[in-house]
Amino acid sequence: MSAPARPESIALLERLVAALQARGLVSEEEIAQRQASTDRASPEIGARMVARAWADPEWRRFMVANGAAAAEQMGVSMAGAPPLGILEDTPHLHHLVVCTLCSCYPRAVLGYPPHWYKSFEYRARAVREPRAVLAEWGTVLPAGMQVRVVDSTADYRWMVLPLRPAGTEGWSEEQLAALVTRDVMVGVALPRLPVAAAAE
Amino acid sequence: MSAAFAPGTRVRVKDDWPERRGPCHIRTPHYLRGREGVVQAVLGEFPNPEDLAFARPAPRRTLYHVLFDQKPVWDEGEAGDGLLVEIFEHWLEPAATPTQEAA
Repeated sequence: MSAPARPESIALLERLVAALQARGLVSEEEIAQRQASTDRASPEIGARMVARAWADPEWRRFMVANGAAAAEQMGVSMAGAPPLGILEDTPHLHHLVVCTLCSCYPRAVLGYPPHWYKSFEYRARAVREPRAVLAEWGTVLPAGMQVRVVDSTADYRWMVLPLRPAGTEGWSEEQLAALVTRDVMVGVALPRLPVAAAAE
Repeated sequence: MSAAFAPGTRVRVKDDWPERRGPCHIRTPHYLRGREGVVQAVLGEFPNPEDLAFARPAPRRTLYHVLFDQKPVWDEGEAGDGLLVEIFEHWLEPAATPTQEAA
């Protein structure tokens, strides 16, 4: 019995890598390093940045002024990565990130984008009817909150710095970071307290 | 190179459709062509992706964050809702509506 046929895309990738290596454009080591750093990136990094910004006003100013430098302080190598922009939510303004052209996403601090972020539906609707999209997510904005959709079309990558939820006074940065999910940093969701904490 | 438009300046996205003239790579969303917005920030200078995509020499262009009202673009949303989008300088021109002086 023969092994299942390999997808043509795998063979194509192997030929591309071989051609790049033959020309000295990329080494096996560089590819392995990039794969490792891509795999290491996860929303936990962004969550730690947000939690620290909530806890420390000086760090918050530093992060908003230079997101990439803040990510570097969290141990992320931003060499070769696009600049990282921070979108500060306020009591009157909520940000929602989309890339209508393709799927630009702050991978360095959020990891791989979820499938829905790359879907035609999200990309078309987030920019056109963001309030309807948020409602389908179960995200209820307070009355009077303005929605600002950030269409990530060029050289920056954007993450949302949401409002710190009420009822988290005195929490540690670790506790705070646990509230900050990937969806919160894209802007489709708001940080939510665990039911037990909210009931206290 | 210095930025032609300062933050607060009203600008108009050119009503240009290069995709009708031939193969091209454009980062300016179609829904903003011909629309007016306000420069929110100058983001820096970046090699023009329209050239990079075709492996041509890519001169650096100034990139802006431009804020557009949601309502005129999509006839959706509530007062104050907006779209904040990265637009390169060569896609922008002064707006027909003059910039409002800060009160």
